[in-house]
Amino acid sequence: MHYIHSNDIIQPTVGRMVVEAPYVAEHRKAGQFIILLVDEFGERLPLTIADADKEKGTITLIYQIVGTTTAKLAAMKAGESLYGIAGPLGHPTEIKKYGTVACVGGGIGIAPLHPISKAMKEAGNRVINILGARTENLFILEKEMTAIGDECAICTDDGSKGEKGFVTNVLSGFMAKEKIDLVVAIGPIPMMKAVSELTKKDGIHTFVSLNSVMIDGTGMCGGCRVTVGGETKFTCVDGPEFDGHLVDFDSLGKRLNTYREEETESYEQYKHKCRLDGVEIK
Amino acid sequence: MSAKTPRHKMPEQKPEERIKNFNEVPLGYTAEMAIAEAERCLQCKKPACVEGCPVNVRIPEFIKEVAEGNFLKAIEVIKGTNSLPAVCGRVCPQESQCEAKCVLGKKFEPVAIGKIEGFVADYEREKEHLPAPEIKTKNGKKVAIIGSGPAGLTVAGELAKLGYSITVYEALHTAGGVLVYGIPEFRLPKKIVSYEIEALAKMGVEFVTNRVVGLSETLADVMQRFDAAFVATGAGLPSFLNIPGEDLQGVYSANEYLTRVNLMKAYKFPEYDTPVIKGRSVGVFGAGNVAMDSARTAIRLGSKDVHLVYRRSRDEMPARGEEIHHAEEEGLIFDLLCNPVKFTGDENGRLCGVECVRMELGEPDDSGRRRPVEIKGSEFTIDIDVAIIAIGNGSNPILQKTAPDLKCNKWGNILADPETMRTSVKGVFAGGDIVTGAATVIQAMGAGRKAAKGIDDYLTSGEW
Repeated sequence: MHYIHSNDIIQPTVGRMVVEAPYVAEHRKAGQFIILLVDEFGERLPLTIADADKEKGTITLIYQIVGTTTAKLAAMKAGESLYGIAGPLGHPTEIKKYGTVACVGGGIGIAPLHPISKAMKEAGNRVINILGARTENLFILEKEMTAIGDECAICTDDGSKGEKGFVTNVLSGFMAKEKIDLVVAIGPIPMMKAVSELTKKDGIHTFVSLNSVMIDGTGMCGGCRVTVGGETKFTCVDGPEFDGHLVDFDSLGKRLNTYREEETESYEQYKHKCRLDGVEIK
Repeated sequence: MSAKTPRHKMPEQKPEERIKNFNEVPLGYTAEMAIAEAERCLQCKKPACVEGCPVNVRIPEFIKEVAEGNFLKAIEVIKGTNSLPAVCGRVCPQESQCEAKCVLGKKFEPVAIGKIEGFVADYEREKEHLPAPEIKTKNGKKVAIIGSGPAGLTVAGELAKLGYSITVYEALHTAGGVLVYGIPEFRLPKKIVSYEIEALAKMGVEFVTNRVVGLSETLADVMQRFDAAFVATGAGLPSFLNIPGEDLQGVYSANEYLTRVNLMKAYKFPEYDTPVIKGRSVGVFGAGNVAMDSARTAIRLGSKDVHLVYRRSRDEMPARGEEIHHAEEEGLIFDLLCNPVKFTGDENGRLCGVECVRMELGEPDDSGRRRPVEIKGSEFTIDIDVAIIAIGNGSNPILQKTAPDLKCNKWGNILADPETMRTSVKGVFAGGDIVTGAATVIQAMGAGRKAAKGIDDYLTSGEW
């Protein structure tokens, strides 16, 4: 069981949890993820590690409330415990001095980007953070990200925060001005696809971090398979980071929709149960 | 009662009933039936059945106790060499092991050794417990076991009894390995596995779940804290068909499909949160026990047509006879001598069919089985919205990747001495599917017994 230190709603549909996981806190590296179980009825949910505190033995998780599991997660209170946390899983990001690194984050993807951006800066890179969201109240970690980059550009689709437009517009602005050696893009599939298409033209090496449907996280189920450069790869053990120029985003996007009906059914039932129990739904 | 008495049939749930639930199919012998079946045993002086058993259970001896109504004594005899009899009674391929060698089988039907074993194990668990095994005073030596499947659990039990401090590392959140994620509830109720694991915990075995050795911590890191280690990480790397369309929604590896249903309890969705697609029409590819388990699971989830697509003929199907028989009773459609060529999907990426080609058997291949050959122009399509690929598993490579000194063969299986189970790394032993490739529960347990002895010998003598 993993004791919850705090669990706050930081935007209307985004939560931040600090939870005890000493083994993960001790070993985790930028780019790695965990799989959690909220309770014994829960599904195994992969989440990237947003931050960790070795001394306290805690990790920080940032999640968007989109269905049953994340709603259950949001309903957990400080002092309660999560049923299980496995990790750290996956390959860490290859952190080294590349020169200029553009860290592009979209929506909830800014959470996993944060430790990578920080590590890239510490490795002596010039770091440009380009952060986007659909709208202002989906925007997270502005303060944290601004603090670590050499530059931080913000945009929203509707212009409610920062520049109006997509991260690709901002990125191409930077590409026109200076030489970028590496792009790290984490966010929704269409965003990662658009960034990869943009950087491919100029041959800028681009990592993307994928969040596939996953169960065990050890290569046993193969549910997280993704086509990269025509080959089948498992996100959990071969990734989660891949060369964005080689990923088949269309196939991945479709696979992510596999359980849409079931997810809706489960979430409706969860909300119904909450109403019966008089529990507030976040 | 004599040998000529026909073998006592196990009472079972009727097919039309059981396809609507996940309860165990056999209902178990009554005490009277177990005694009557045990009385059929000829008590051979040189029992061939014992040789047929990978862990050499003293079969005539325990059967004699059953015949005399001494069920607890019977289980004591079995547990002398087999620590998981309730599991083995249910999942061992007795027809090709102990029962294949039974002398009675030459003229009549063999003694139902597996069913009697299951009966006494259940009796001990449910009615009258054996006293806890005697545990020697702690000897101060620590052994790490990596993987909590049948091989790992066997080593844990054997060494705990000898006074070793045991820590078992398991990657998933529940211990048991393939016994909990792979084999379905209707064949092996999970309460049986958890009973065995609790028994080990009571003996002082520590279970660390959610821990993958070979990632943050390597085997070498673990060895710094332990005097010896046993690697039993299993065959957990699913093979795919490598045909077009395998990325469509609805195409599963059997591992994923069974893990969703068994470990994550998707058959109780939405009470449990993990979903699984309950296809209208399902295709299962392969013909081993895992394929049968997948097909029978799909039938229970309410799929109307479940097809088993296999490129060879019925005679070459590697599954246990009982599983094939049960599956057939439950309405499985056998599309034999058929090979899948490609999966087809709709515009949303959902699976809607599989294109197959018919096969005929040619000359025998390396495995001795007749090689299937395509019949030109025989292509046809089966409409399916779920595909389950059950054509086998490779070795799980995670631990080996960060253990360069651990010698493996070209398939990634760890090389271990067949008697001592020693690997190329001092203090490290290995056994089960990670060494042999995918095999049976009882073979993994056999390897576990050898490894336990090998580890005890090493830690007692200090010689490598």
